[in-house]
Amino acid sequence: MSLRIEHVTKKFGTLAAVDDVSLAIDKGEFMALLGPSGSGKTTLLRIIAGLELMESGALHFDGTDLSAVPARERRVGFVFQNYALFRHMTVARNISFGVDVLPRKRKPKRAEIKTKVEALLARMQLEGLGQRYPNQLSGGQRQRVALARALAIEPRILLLDEPFGALDAKVRKELRAWLRALHDDTRLTTVMVTHDQDEALAIADRVAILNEGRIEQVGTPGELKERPASAFVREFLGVA
Amino acid sequence: MAKVRLPTEDSLNVRAALIGVAAGYIAIFLLTPLIAVFAEALRNGVDGFIQAVSEKDALSAIELTLTVAAIAVPLNCVFGLAAAWAVAKHDFAGKALFVTLIDLPFSVSPVISGLIYVLLFGAQGYLGPALDILGIKVIYTVTGLVLATVFVTFPFVARELIPLMEEQGVSEEEAAISLGADGWQTFWHVTLPNVRWGLLYGVLLCNARAMGEFGAVSVVSGHIRGLTNTMPLHVEILYNEYNFAAAFAVASLLAFLALVTLVLKSVLEWRFAADIAASHRH
Repeated sequence: MSLRIEHVTKKFGTLAAVDDVSLAIDKGEFMALLGPSGSGKTTLLRIIAGLELMESGALHFDGTDLSAVPARERRVGFVFQNYALFRHMTVARNISFGVDVLPRKRKPKRAEIKTKVEALLARMQLEGLGQRYPNQLSGGQRQRVALARALAIEPRILLLDEPFGALDAKVRKELRAWLRALHDDTRLTTVMVTHDQDEALAIADRVAILNEGRIEQVGTPGELKERPASAFVREFLGVA
Repeated sequence: MAKVRLPTEDSLNVRAALIGVAAGYIAIFLLTPLIAVFAEALRNGVDGFIQAVSEKDALSAIELTLTVAAIAVPLNCVFGLAAAWAVAKHDFAGKALFVTLIDLPFSVSPVISGLIYVLLFGAQGYLGPALDILGIKVIYTVTGLVLATVFVTFPFVARELIPLMEEQGVSEEEAAISLGADGWQTFWHVTLPNVRWGLLYGVLLCNARAMGEFGAVSVVSGHIRGLTNTMPLHVEILYNEYNFAAAFAVASLLAFLALVTLVLKSVLEWRFAADIAASHRH
C-alpha cells in the first residue's frame, strides 16, 4: 500500500512539531524517519496512525484520503516504543486482540483465530510462549509479540516507533537483521522512526532525515552518504 | 570476630527502642479500643449480645446501613471510575480544579456536608419546596442518608485509581484503538482490567466508610427509630440512654465488618501478589 503525506503540519501550542512535511512512500518500501529527539518524527508517525490530529495537510493511502478516517478504522499496524502490550492478557490474547474486537459478522471462527495466532507465534520465533504474560518475557520477546499483534490485523502499513530503543546492543543488531528479513518476506509497506543513523541506514530502503519538524533530505542510504544536501545532514550522519 | 553491622542497620538498643515505641503506640491507640469494644459488647454474656443485636430497632438499623452501603458504594464505584478515567487519561481545562473538588469531601467536616444537604433540600432549603411539590422528600428520609453517604465516600474509588491510571499511561489504550477497538471495548478489555485491584481496594475502603459514617448522616437522618437510624446512629442513641452493653454490641458488629474488610484486602493482596505487581510494572 502506498502512502502520500502532503503538507502536513502539527503544532503543540506555538511550536510546530511537524512543519509542512510532504513525503511519498511506495508500496512495499521500508522507509526510516531519522532525526534527533524533538525533530517531529514520532509525531509524524502518530499522525499517520491517527493517534495525533494534524492541523493542516492530507494523507492518502493508495489514493484514498485518510485524513477523516479515525485511528481504529485505518488498519495500521503500530508498534509502540515500549510495546504497550496488554499487561493482563496472555501473549496469545495480545496477538488475537485485533481480531477479537472485530464485529461478530466479520470475526473468524475460534479455531481459525487460534491457527492464526499459532502461525504468528511460529513466525516470530515465540513458539510455546502463548500462555505467558508480558512481564514474563524478555525485551526482545516482547518486541516480537508487539510486532505479531500489529501483523495480526493484516495491516495496510506497518509503523514502528523506535522499535529497538529499549533493547541492548546485541539483541538490537539481531532483531534488525531479522526485521529486515521479515520485510523482504512480506513486502509490507513499513515506516520506522529512529534516532540511530546506523540503524536507519542499515535497514531501510530510503531514509527521510527530519530536523525541527521539517524534512532535510530523503534518499537511499547510499545517496545520503554520498550527497548530503545540508550541513545538518552531513553532521548528523557523520560523513566527512 | 565481632558481628559487622550493615551501614543501614542500627544498634540493638535503637532497634529495641523503635520497635517498642511502635508496638506500644499500636497497642494503646489501636488494639486496646478494639478489644474494649468486643469486651464491653459481651459484658452481659453471649445471650445479652444476641438479644441486643436482634432487637427490632437494631435489626432495622443493620438493614438500613446495609441498604445505604449497597446503593452508595456501586454509585461511587461508577462515579469514581469515570472521574479517574477523565483525570488520568485526558487533558482538559480546569483539571486541577476538578481534582481538588474530588478531594472536597475529605477536607470538609462530615457534619458540614450534612448541613449543606439540609440547606439544599430541607423544608426551608433552596430546592426543598420545589421537590416537595413533586412529592420528593430528602431530609429525614433514606434518600437523604444515601445522598450524604455518597458525598462523604465519593473520593475513595477515584483517589485509589487516579495515581494508578496515571502511572499506566495511555499507550495500551492507543494500542487497542489502533488495533480496531472502539471506546467501549478499549475501556472494558484494557483500562478496567488494568485497574481492577485498585478498584477493589477503593470499593472496600468506600464500603467501610459508608457503613461507618456518622456525622453527615446524623444531620440529615432525624434519628427516627426503625426508619432512618443507621448502625452508628443507633449506637449513639443506645449509649445516650445508658444502655452501654447494647451500644457496644451494635458497635462491635460495625468493628467486625471493618475487620472483615481489612482481612479481605490482605487475603486478596496475598493471593494475587504477582498479578497486582504486574499491573504496576510492565
